[in-house]
Amino acid sequence: MAASTAGESVIETRALTKRYGGGQLAVDGLDLTVPAGSVFGFLGPNGSGKTTTIRMLMGLIAPTSGAARVLGEPMPRATRTVLPHVGALIEGPALYGYLSGRDNLIRYDSADPAADPRTRRARVATALDRVGLTAAAGKKAKAYSLGMKQRLGLAAALLQPRRLLVLDEPTNGLDPQGMREIRSLVRELASDGTTVFLSSHLLDEIEQVCTHAAVMARGRLLTQGPVAELAAGARGRLVVTTPDPGDAARVLKERGVADLTVTDDGVTGEPPAPGTDLADLNAALVAAGVRVRGFGVERASLEDAFVALTGEGFDVAG
Amino acid sequence: MSQAEAAPVGAVTVDSVPVRKRIWTLGLFRSELVTTFRRWRTLALLAVLAGVPILVGIAVKIETSGDSPAAGGGGGGPAFIAQITNNGLFLVFTALAATLPFFLPMAVGVVAGDAIAGEASAGTLRYLLVAPAGRTRLLLTKYAATMTFCLVATLVVAATALATGALLFPLGDVVTISGTRIGFGEGLVRALLIALVVAASLVGIAALGLFVSTLTNSGIAAMATTVGLLITVQILDQIPQLHAIQPYLFSHRWLSFADLMREPVYWDDLVKNLGLQGLYAAVFGSAAWARFTAKDITA
Ligand SMILES: Nc1ncnc2c1ncn2[C@@H]1O[C@H](COP(=O)(O)OP(=O)(O)O)[C@@H](O)[C@H]1O
Ligand SMILES: [Mg+2]
Repeated sequence: MAASTAGESVIETRALTKRYGGGQLAVDGLDLTVPAGSVFGFLGPNGSGKTTTIRMLMGLIAPTSGAARVLGEPMPRATRTVLPHVGALIEGPALYGYLSGRDNLIRYDSADPAADPRTRRARVATALDRVGLTAAAGKKAKAYSLGMKQRLGLAAALLQPRRLLVLDEPTNGLDPQGMREIRSLVRELASDGTTVFLSSHLLDEIEQVCTHAAVMARGRLLTQGPVAELAAGARGRLVVTTPDPGDAARVLKERGVADLTVTDDGVTGEPPAPGTDLADLNAALVAAGVRVRGFGVERASLEDAFVALTGEGFDVAG
Repeated sequence: MSQAEAAPVGAVTVDSVPVRKRIWTLGLFRSELVTTFRRWRTLALLAVLAGVPILVGIAVKIETSGDSPAAGGGGGGPAFIAQITNNGLFLVFTALAATLPFFLPMAVGVVAGDAIAGEASAGTLRYLLVAPAGRTRLLLTKYAATMTFCLVATLVVAATALATGALLFPLGDVVTISGTRIGFGEGLVRALLIALVVAASLVGIAALGLFVSTLTNSGIAAMATTVGLLITVQILDQIPQLHAIQPYLFSHRWLSFADLMREPVYWDDLVKNLGLQGLYAAVFGSAAWARFTAKDITA
């Protein structure tokens, strides 16, 4: 049974590499492990190789070298047995404009030899309902808005109960309301136990919905792991809010706090070394007559982690 | 975590893991036919094809309704055209002879060229493949649907011709090319046989178009290339110096279907034509398969 061979990881790649015909090295020695049951954020700026990785996982393109396993089976060799359990949205939806939304889903469902034709209409109706397109099901797909197309694409991924959902930038081009809808749908699906592999170039999206994440840049994997650990990997900031920032900075400096930044209403700096108790630091400030309004270490965000990893901001294009 | 997902995974497995034994379900083929014949473009092609026999019928009617019924044609008209006024059934043969050199294969070239490349340019190809349609299965389905289109297109021409012929001209016994007479019923059977042979004559260009379709991600480019190849081949077939290669051009023996109107039927060229179509189907079908199953789908 595929379930037992899959073990703990739903996706596993080893030194996965893709060089396109044009010579572009798009994915370079990727070792990715996606645990079962996770909502896995695949994060990276545009051009970092996310879509290329997903194409290899789905058997659409052959790796130049390395190997990929999905649900425990080698890809692209096992597409026929693996893909019926996988729903995918790759590089945006693609629809037959001259067919209705419902007929588009019927077409995609007919393409799956594992799908039972007797339950087709019912499953299509359920999928349409799930993404809120029941009312528009009879309209030609070319008349759909981008958000509706995106939702119809999601519905195609939900035609069967899936063990893995692969969503490549599912909120691309959507307005904030559309983004919220897709995210809540993703959460709902994940709570059913489906593993979700979600690529995005938006940090906050990953932080909002994902339990795990991997960070890509220029085709290489920078890091992967539970989101909480990734953020913890980067050091937070010591933040002191006070009407006496000058005095506070002097005291902190005497106590060995580095990288101080003074603002109008406070001071920030590197958190003290593990040996120093934060309480002592605070007491020292108060003893020196600094009026402390707030004191603490702010948890690092995923963005801090990213900046720490790359030494640059997140908006760099590949 | 593994505990949490054990239940739903188990449930999914029980319900749907038996990836059903019948891989070759006809569901995709049916869907392909519905998708093809619901397209406005397909219907427009069929309408154009249906227009040919109607126009020929009306033209012949106008031409001969004057005072010179024995005009005999300008010499260069399509086969059988002179006999239409005596027997409307001949409009079927005339219409097929008139559409086979260009209109019919052009329509087939459009449908075949668009088969894979059109899905690629629309992006729907990647979703069919992750469904997963299976590359070999999808290609076979596309080829079967294209051949169905060949048949439907030919039958549309034949049926419209028969209806027009019956409406405008008398029907009756048929005089064969050999000069013998056969009954109207037998004539109808011959007409149907001819339509089937004409449809089979399009198998070669259908395979060629499908192969071209696997080479590009642009539906328009694939259609234009296929139709371009058709025109090129038709021109090459007219150049006397090239007689050495002409027997291998897919269109060379297309008009051999007329031999079905001989008494007895002269099979030699008919068989050669069908053999050549089979050869094209095998060669370009294999090439399309080799290309498509190894291709990176990035569109
Ligand atoms: N079909 C292709 N042919 C050649 N190069 C490509 C192709 N698709 C993507 N690339 C290149 O591969 C790199 C990674 O692209 P992609 O995987 O699409 O990144 P992402 O999805 O993270 O934005 C980019 O430099 C891109 O230009
Ligand atoms: Mg991408």
